[in-house]
Amino acid sequence: MTEIRGIYTLWLREIKRYLRDRARIVSSFVQPLLWLVIFGSGIRFSATQIGNLTTQQYIFPGIIGQTLLFTSMFMGISVIWDREFGFLKEILVAPISRFSVFLGKMLGDSTDAVIQGVIVFVLGLLLGIRLNLLMFLEVLPIMILVTFGLVSIGLTVASFIDSLESFGVIQSFINLPLFFLSGALFPLRGDIPIWLQVASSFNPLTYGVDALRTIVLGNAWPPLHPLYYNILMICVFDVAMMTVGTLAFSRRK
Amino acid sequence: MKLLDKAIETSELTRRFGGLVAVDKLNISVERGEVFGLLGPNGAGKTTTISMLCTILKPTSGSARVNGFDVVKQDTQVRKSIGIVFQDPSIDDRLTGRENLYMHANLYGVPPGEQKSRIGRVLKLVELEDRADDLMRTYSGGMRRRLEIARGLIHYPKVLFLDEPTIGLDPQTREHIWSYIEDLRKAHDITVVLTTHYMEEADRLSDRIAIMDYGKIVALDTPAKLKDTLEGDVITVKTKEAAKLSSVVAGTAGVLRANIVGDGLELTVRGGRVLLPRIVEAAAKNGVFVESVSLREPNLADVFLHYTGRAIRAEGGDELHGLSAIRRRRIK
Repeated sequence: MTEIRGIYTLWLREIKRYLRDRARIVSSFVQPLLWLVIFGSGIRFSATQIGNLTTQQYIFPGIIGQTLLFTSMFMGISVIWDREFGFLKEILVAPISRFSVFLGKMLGDSTDAVIQGVIVFVLGLLLGIRLNLLMFLEVLPIMILVTFGLVSIGLTVASFIDSLESFGVIQSFINLPLFFLSGALFPLRGDIPIWLQVASSFNPLTYGVDALRTIVLGNAWPPLHPLYYNILMICVFDVAMMTVGTLAFSRRK
Repeated sequence: MKLLDKAIETSELTRRFGGLVAVDKLNISVERGEVFGLLGPNGAGKTTTISMLCTILKPTSGSARVNGFDVVKQDTQVRKSIGIVFQDPSIDDRLTGRENLYMHANLYGVPPGEQKSRIGRVLKLVELEDRADDLMRTYSGGMRRRLEIARGLIHYPKVLFLDEPTIGLDPQTREHIWSYIEDLRKAHDITVVLTTHYMEEADRLSDRIAIMDYGKIVALDTPAKLKDTLEGDVITVKTKEAAKLSSVVAGTAGVLRANIVGDGLELTVRGGRVLLPRIVEAAAKNGVFVESVSLREPNLADVFLHYTGRAIRAEGGDELHGLSAIRRRRIK
């Protein structure tokens, strides 16, 4: 019970911080819109037609995945921030388990990232993508599952890094390969090289994006993997990353 | 039975940072209900000691028990037993004071039914009731400190660690915090471990003081007894010819020690009031020009000088360089 209240209070803290930060809320809306417009319009002129999907339709689930990825990784910064301002010490001397500390923070940051993902989903309507409530209810759990693992990467990496500057560098070092190897921008089939296919099969976002496409695009999208397989792979990744994250938070110097 | 244990007991407690031994085979024992002062310059190993007792740092060797629990093997129990006010701020400044307190209560498993009343009480203790719902970022340094002290008390700790509780605060706020700490031990059954490099702070608050330097305890006793060991008053003579004066007065009866300091000579003497005119006479007779003279009763600064042979350093960062210094500053 103490552990659950500990987790709850850490979660609540992240939410309050998010809701009080106007700049972050504004960018929650503006940033995805920019991505959708720029990517959607730009790539239309360069990429090949994928089946009978428009580029924006094709890219839309990819942009959701990308938003989840970038936001989740960015959340790692909260660990560095907490350390810089000393608050991490308060959490780390609390008599709750390291798993609960990690979970509380991870759930809080994930909530922020999922809210971001939901905003992108709704913005899809503006781009004329056909969406409905049922679709939303199917997409939401996928977004949550994908986010758990990605936020865990961000928190784990941040727990090893001392400065905001180096976290920024490492963040793009992780973000960009995960993004480009996920199939968010181009389909991972046809004549793409084998190494790219292998690499992308180790990328959790590949399964996330494929699952999102399966739901959002319906029959128009021939999935890479069956939906259950995608979800299974995401869960395996989540459990692995949460374990690693808890271990990283348990280090005592 | 836990009550029979000491509040804190360490045995050969040691912590190294690379080549530097920050805490060197420390053996201390703190009684329940006591205010125990760890006095030493910055870099003496006080914060490292506290960090090990608070389970933030692992000892390199040796062991320590807090409230009867081992700091390595029973860290959760230790954490439940202690309250900490860190040297550096450790609050969330995007939350209000009250929110910080509720968060702490939840992290430490204070029953929900009791949280409101306990928080009300600690806020009253530190006189922050009217600011409790403002964001912490609008608080002054002294107010943040007070809120941190309040926070450290919500879960009724058995041992409260205060790491440099008044560093960087103005004299008025300092006085305020001192009286809170004094009230605390009257009102609560609590052991307080206090680190400080302010002599007056250690003197005023502690039942016993351990003087720490280079990771070791160089003296440990009540403030009164520590000052007694000096058995003398201090006469400070400001002069440009300190060395000459030192040899002149060396043989004088009642002069126990002579130390050449910055711009003069510091004499530890028995019966300072009688001896003062004699010393000035002797100086005049030998052609030493005396600019000014002062007499004072011994204080802890003298005790420190006595035991370490040096005046207390305000900053001790020069002992550490590069990575070790960073590692030591950044505790997780």
